[in-house]
Amino acid sequence: MAPDTASDIPVRPAGEARGGLGRFLRWDVLVTALLIAVFLAGSAGSDGFATIDNLSFALGDLGEIALIALAMTMLVVAAEVDLSVASVLGLSSALIGALWDGGWAIEAIIPLVVVVGMVCGLINGLLVTRLGLPSLAVTIGTLALYRGLAYVVLGDKAVAEFPANYVSLAVDDVPGTPIPYPVALFAVLAVITGIVLHATGFGRSLFAIGAQEEAAFFAGIRVKRIKLLLFVLSGTVAAFAGVVFTLRYGSARADNGMGIELAVIAAVLLGGVDFDGGKGTLGGVIAGVLLIGLLRNLLMLNDVATEIQSIVTGLLLIISVLTPRLAAIVRQRRRAPAL
Amino acid sequence: MVISIARRFASTVAVTSLLALGLAACGGGTTKDSASSSAAPAPAESAAASANPNAPLKEGLKLAFLPKQINNPYETIVDNAGIEAAKEFKGEAKEVGPSDASASSQISYINTLIQQNQDAILIAANDANAVCGPLKQAMAKGIKIVSYDSDAAKDCRDIFINQASSEEVGRSQVKLLAEMIDYKGEIAILSATANATNQNTWIEFMKDELAKPEYKDMKLVKVAYGDDDDQKSFQETQGLLQAYPNLKGIISPTTVGISAAARYISGSKYKGEITLTGLGTPNQMRQFIKDGTVQKFALWNPKDLGYLAAYAAAALASGQITGAEGETFKAGKLGERTIGKDGEVILGPPFTFDSGNIDQFDF
Repeated sequence: MAPDTASDIPVRPAGEARGGLGRFLRWDVLVTALLIAVFLAGSAGSDGFATIDNLSFALGDLGEIALIALAMTMLVVAAEVDLSVASVLGLSSALIGALWDGGWAIEAIIPLVVVVGMVCGLINGLLVTRLGLPSLAVTIGTLALYRGLAYVVLGDKAVAEFPANYVSLAVDDVPGTPIPYPVALFAVLAVITGIVLHATGFGRSLFAIGAQEEAAFFAGIRVKRIKLLLFVLSGTVAAFAGVVFTLRYGSARADNGMGIELAVIAAVLLGGVDFDGGKGTLGGVIAGVLLIGLLRNLLMLNDVATEIQSIVTGLLLIISVLTPRLAAIVRQRRRAPAL
Repeated sequence: MVISIARRFASTVAVTSLLALGLAACGGGTTKDSASSSAAPAPAESAAASANPNAPLKEGLKLAFLPKQINNPYETIVDNAGIEAAKEFKGEAKEVGPSDASASSQISYINTLIQQNQDAILIAANDANAVCGPLKQAMAKGIKIVSYDSDAAKDCRDIFINQASSEEVGRSQVKLLAEMIDYKGEIAILSATANATNQNTWIEFMKDELAKPEYKDMKLVKVAYGDDDDQKSFQETQGLLQAYPNLKGIISPTTVGISAAARYISGSKYKGEITLTGLGTPNQMRQFIKDGTVQKFALWNPKDLGYLAAYAAAALASGQITGAEGETFKAGKLGERTIGKDGEVILGPPFTFDSGNIDQFDF
């Protein structure tokens, strides 16, 4: 994958040109190194960590977050964000529950809820692109709205007992491998997203939009259209993640996935994507997702208290946002000592 | 251009929806009625395994308590009592758990406990079905499962320690309130999360009790949910009292709910007007009993609950019992207990606390 090609366009603030050493100090490379370090430390220090069972479970447990992170990466690169993803997941889960309970066929339910997710994304996208509202505000609103709808649809019920063959698809490993189906699907989608983001004109236009929207517009990029598409994509993926989530836990509920938007955004930022847009790599995000998941798994295996787990994840996130900024400041100081 | 994209999108939506509807209408595909359910029958080996009532409790058993969430004062009391009990039979017990009580948050902990080769997992399930898959994996590896406080689906655990029969809890709460408000007036329930298995069962029995003729002048106007969150419960209480000016009584069958509700009422103009009761712990409720906000509330002894759960887990892991109806085991100072229908062991009847006896309790 070509690393953030488009971020080298002239809109980049002066003083951030990379030297030879800077390439190795890129945050996504550091995260990957940290991921490897955590893995090695875990394998050496904890009995149950590097077992096929445990890793397979830990990967499967990240499935929905990882899937949603793919679409979120593209949005954040284009300097937008979708906070409503977990609520779309919940709405999708509630709909699955209500329709399944109502005697619908699962083969009909799944495409239908995915379409509902598309519509949710379309609403976000239209509010942002047509009315020019900030996506942070719009999606905080729809976060509450979609979750509310989920409760309207299913109330406080929990619907269970989904067909075994579909549950297997969400839980079981691809035959002959320790990789759960959702993770395999994620891997395929990740490759596609990686190619789209880093090796196509469309991907480059996302970086251009994120770096400087106006310049991108005058360069002939259909900014609004692309953003609308990204929101639709985000809603669609979130609804599909709702299908996976519901089948994996075998329980459809309106409160499913509550709060995972924060885990997704944490992973995206930890992976080195700039929240202001225009910078980042998908590889970094994938490393970020894995780092959060494996670190949590390792801490749990060692009976580290839940509070400490949150503190560790929180600090890691702050460091990930802070380090590149500090590095930039240091570089700038060096260039302009007269200041 | 955005409009054109929206239009094209709308037609895609329409086509896909029609397709979905068509599939459903044709009756093709897998529906609730046609599907072989994912809830597989209980593993036969556990039922077939034979119990040896005379087997001694093994030493060094590893027990793990997995509460709905950590830092919930009530669950902490239960789990600590269980951890203490384990010392009596020279076992090692610990408490691990998520910081939020959502359906899915216990799953990764179950996986971790499997990897750690625990002898038994004691769980207060946040969702009876969501924890099922991983619990079955644990059972397949020979780990014994005891649910307490809030049950998991029957085929996903060996034994459920029921804090009190649900029926008794539900009915006695209504009776307790009715006696204090002379069987008259509007009442409300302030529950925990809308999905909590135990809460909903109790509420069903409360409604059933209220249907009896002696309660004809009492009317349940609202079931509110405070999500076992102090602030939310506080706000829900405030909301109830504003929305229903004629409200005479509130039942809050959750320790978080009743103490938040008492705190709101004690500082409001409703103090003395509204009768609050429910399930609470003496230490949380002491000040509200003393200042007259609350006259009576009930609870079982959570220490005994944790204690009994620990002994049941040890008896299972030592092969004394398998979880079948009619088997008995010795639970330390609580004496001999018998396993009832569906693998349930009942702790005992709820206990009423008031200003006369509250100072005898410290938990």
